[in-house]
Amino acid sequence: MTELIQQIIDGLGRGGIYALLALGIAVIFGVMHLINFAHGELITVSAYSSYWLFSIGLDWWLIAPIIVVVALVTAVIIEFVAFRWVRGAPDFTMLMTSFGVHFLVQALFVMYVSANFRQFPRPEWIFATFRVGQLNLEIYDLTVIVITLLTLLATYLLLQRTMFGISLRAAAEDFDTARLMGIRSNRVIRSAFVLSGVLAGIAAVFWLMRSGQAGPTAGLSPMLKGVLAALIGGLGSLSGAVLGGFVLGLVEVLLISRLPSSIAGLTDGIVFLLIALLFVFRPQGLISVKHVERV
Amino acid sequence: MLGIESLTTRYGAITAVRDVELTVRAGEIVCLIGPNGAGKTTLLSTISGLLKPSTGRVVLDGNDVTGWAPDQMLRSGLALVPEHRRIFADFTVRENLMVGGVTQTASRREQLFDEITSLFPILKERLYTQAGFLSGGEAQQLAIGRALMSDPNVLLMDEPSLGLAPVLVDQVFELIGKLREGGRTLFVVEQNAQRMLSVADRAYVMRSGSIVTAGPAAELRGNEELFKTYLGRSGGAA
Repeated sequence: MTELIQQIIDGLGRGGIYALLALGIAVIFGVMHLINFAHGELITVSAYSSYWLFSIGLDWWLIAPIIVVVALVTAVIIEFVAFRWVRGAPDFTMLMTSFGVHFLVQALFVMYVSANFRQFPRPEWIFATFRVGQLNLEIYDLTVIVITLLTLLATYLLLQRTMFGISLRAAAEDFDTARLMGIRSNRVIRSAFVLSGVLAGIAAVFWLMRSGQAGPTAGLSPMLKGVLAALIGGLGSLSGAVLGGFVLGLVEVLLISRLPSSIAGLTDGIVFLLIALLFVFRPQGLISVKHVERV
Repeated sequence: MLGIESLTTRYGAITAVRDVELTVRAGEIVCLIGPNGAGKTTLLSTISGLLKPSTGRVVLDGNDVTGWAPDQMLRSGLALVPEHRRIFADFTVRENLMVGGVTQTASRREQLFDEITSLFPILKERLYTQAGFLSGGEAQQLAIGRALMSDPNVLLMDEPSLGLAPVLVDQVFELIGKLREGGRTLFVVEQNAQRMLSVADRAYVMRSGSIVTAGPAAELRGNEELFKTYLGRSGGAA
């Protein structure tokens, strides 16, 4: 029982990061019908920024907020340079554009920085553990869970209570009608990328604290987890994306801890198999959304 | 107030609106009638900025607004109640109205909100209902109320009585009358030709993308020949 609670806490910590990534992907899918495979590049750029910020002598307390800003700015630049030009194009064109951005950013780092991974110091204090009864808790997991929940709460209030949020949700539900109400396409899409960038930035801080390295493919794994979580939740559903993130994190931790060590390496494969099964029985994901067809 | 000059809109190879000329003067109710597929909705979509015309001009208050985006048109005082209402089904009634007032300042939005909820008492009772659960008539009132939240000078309406029970159709036409008293200019596409002609000042008849007849509504109303030829049924009442 203790062991299970321990694993659930680990899973929620992992899942919190996935939830932040998935939510950013779902927000962009909502307004643009774009599955953003370039979402991981926000992590890649954040990773190199961290490496550089460490090299000039900053510590995590300063680096963390800077990374959030870096991810936000990167998201806005990617929208402006790439996605703005294919807006309204068929979904497939936008998908290819996001792959293009993904590979382009990787290539730029390989060409102008290095193909090798660069290490930077992890904040060791955050991986310290303390005991509560029989539980062995990592400060890291608790920090991730608390910050994720606060971020989700703030995002919820932003989307529900402000005109910014109402505009964003209107654009996600029916883009053309939102435009007829006076919502500006450029502005609402840029704000979706800003939100998605901030969420990815917060996720990046936690991801990079754990990985402690920067490389051209640093964003691949977080991007895949985010896209998977968003798919599990039902693409376009914001609450679904959050739920999907936590489910994915929990399933991973429970599998890793239960699989015999000889096949633990197959965790990702088994996760994909489970997701495939989910889609056989529930093709719309955990939470289904009706999409108004664009005219 | 609103002028359309030799406007043509194409979807690829198909010309949906062909060389249309029409004017709507301030304070008028002008209606556009015609059979399904005549290009009426395409015309409204082009005027409101959702579609770009291939050729021709749209003039609003003396300014050339051809090809402007919908949000620019709205800010210039032209709002559209779209076909099939297109209310935000996941939103509450209140949120739908708030989106309609997105271009207004916060205080003006509250003021408009009060005005419109008094104009539509049923919406006031349902403020926190999810809009997807409204009946057809309520949803239509919400769609009109939402458009009025931008306090438009010119209101375009696409088939406001479509799919409504007869008693609700009466309400819609009553409302159109009220809006006229409020000094708004209306350009309404409507299937229910007889009813519409009884409240409109002037009318245009559209068929296969072109305007085929125009004139004072009262004249067209008595024109049996017109109904037979262009609207495909006698009397025109649905």
